[in-house]
Amino acid sequence: MSNRQIIIIRIVIHIAALLPLVVLIWDFTQGNLTANPIREVQLRTGASALNLLMLSLACTPINILTGFKPVLVLRRPLGIYAFIYALLHFINYIGIDYNFNFAFLREDLFEKRYAIVGFASFLLLLPLAITSFKRLRERLGKNWMRLHWLVYLAATLAVVHNIWQTKADFRLPYIYGGVLVILLVIRLRVVRNFAKRHFRWLNRIPP
Amino acid sequence: MRSNRLYFLSNSHCYPLTSTETVFDNGNKGFDGKLTMAHLERRSHLKRSSLSDNPDRLPGDEITPERLYVSRRKFIVGMGAVAATAFLAACAGKTPDITTTSPDIPTTSPDIPTTSPDITTASPEFCDGTITTGTADELGDKLTACDDVTSYNNFYEFSYGKENIADLSRNFKTSPWMVTVGGLVSNPGSFSVEELIERYQPEERIYRMRCVEGWSMVIPWNGFSLSRLLGDVQPKPEAKFVRFESFYDPEQMPGDKSLPFPYFEGLRLDEAMHDLAILSTGIYGKPLPPQDGAPIRLVVPWKYGFKSAKSILNIDLTAEMPPTFWPTLIPEEYGFYANVNPDVDHPRWSQSSERRIGELQRRSTPMFNGYDQVAALYEGMDLTKFY
Repeated sequence: MSNRQIIIIRIVIHIAALLPLVVLIWDFTQGNLTANPIREVQLRTGASALNLLMLSLACTPINILTGFKPVLVLRRPLGIYAFIYALLHFINYIGIDYNFNFAFLREDLFEKRYAIVGFASFLLLLPLAITSFKRLRERLGKNWMRLHWLVYLAATLAVVHNIWQTKADFRLPYIYGGVLVILLVIRLRVVRNFAKRHFRWLNRIPP
Repeated sequence: MRSNRLYFLSNSHCYPLTSTETVFDNGNKGFDGKLTMAHLERRSHLKRSSLSDNPDRLPGDEITPERLYVSRRKFIVGMGAVAATAFLAACAGKTPDITTTSPDIPTTSPDIPTTSPDITTASPEFCDGTITTGTADELGDKLTACDDVTSYNNFYEFSYGKENIADLSRNFKTSPWMVTVGGLVSNPGSFSVEELIERYQPEERIYRMRCVEGWSMVIPWNGFSLSRLLGDVQPKPEAKFVRFESFYDPEQMPGDKSLPFPYFEGLRLDEAMHDLAILSTGIYGKPLPPQDGAPIRLVVPWKYGFKSAKSILNIDLTAEMPPTFWPTLIPEEYGFYANVNPDVDHPRWSQSSERRIGELQRRSTPMFNGYDQVAALYEGMDLTKFY
């Protein structure tokens, strides 16, 4: 895998991550956001945040299973994009949907479990996004790693948030849950060691 | 025929229909009357019956703007929402013994043309040339755009989506269509939608429709009070509830087959007899498009939209409270009454506010969706318990 290929992959990732936003803006200008556009924005930004968070969490397992190391550099951009969509999701919710009307907001944000876990997930992602700048990362040293373990909790809460806000069709929300479990399980030491012995076929391909 | 269905929720309880009588049950086999769209269109959906016909009329159905209570009470912005509605339903109850042939009620026989598409087509042009006499509800809330009412729908028989229902239901066959009324009545019968329109002369009712999901619309229905039909079939003294069953045909309806369709709903008899509760056959002066519940549906404006079952085939009067769709699937979240109530939250989200489709700001949700005149039905009841 050459540097050039990695650069191409990075470019693809940036384009793919920005695409939902571009499509959203396009659909907005075209009036294609259903009769309830605020809700549509909420659903789409939430879905993008969740997808990107999952992809970011998929990098390490891909490395474990295949030994393909360059994939690890994608964790940061994917994570940051996930945060950006989560931020849009949050702003759309409190600012546009509820128009900062705290009388209405209070009932959801502090009392309803789906909103509480969603809010918590967002709050957890916030410091991770802030500390993803190189300089801060270096300054934090080992603590950076510890801090960023929070992403597992944030992702879990995001998946639960998705399940709890669902009214009827739980298939997709449960699939997200299943995928998350798989991505976390692969990180376990046992699985890692097993994979190292049996799977890392990429490593065995001569350069 | 509908027995071995999979349910993803364990405690849903369904009985297969035992209907031998359901000639019209699954695709209208055996009925040879044919109707054209032109035929439907000819029938005026707008004739208003004179108020003197029915001294009990409540203000809710007098919708001309002049009659509006203009100053809206602060808490009242009602919202009604529609859409949520539609799930049709199914299981539950045994089918009552109904004589389906020859209704005893005198009817004018509809003139039935013979050739025709048999299909209600929701073309994009549906909203061209709509006819409404009012432009707002009795609180002064403006009608929701026809395009929104016909493009943002809940109709799980077709899909979990909202925007794709219009498209998926485009070829839904709604004619011929017979509604069977039976159970604990002295005068059961089956009626074609045309007969019902002919006999009861739908009038315009502008209602707020409030979806349990937290959004609402203001819709000009063309319909008639359910009480008139129920009066004609003469409920027996022991009848206490009314059960509604919607149409279901998996061939025409590509939605999730694991749900216990056909959709089933219910009302207490006194609720069903309230003048505000209507059977609707049209919106905006035109026959209902499929996505909005063609050809005939229930509309109960003070309850969450899912109570207003779409595409109704059977209406049965019962002595016991009939099981209803959502409480059967998720009993801890949905109840039989499902009255719009800002103080009783859905367990997972708040019901105190809502978004009126087409508006940016949220509104407060009023009790009974702003239809205070139904409050007497629930006097002495703890509505947090009977949600």
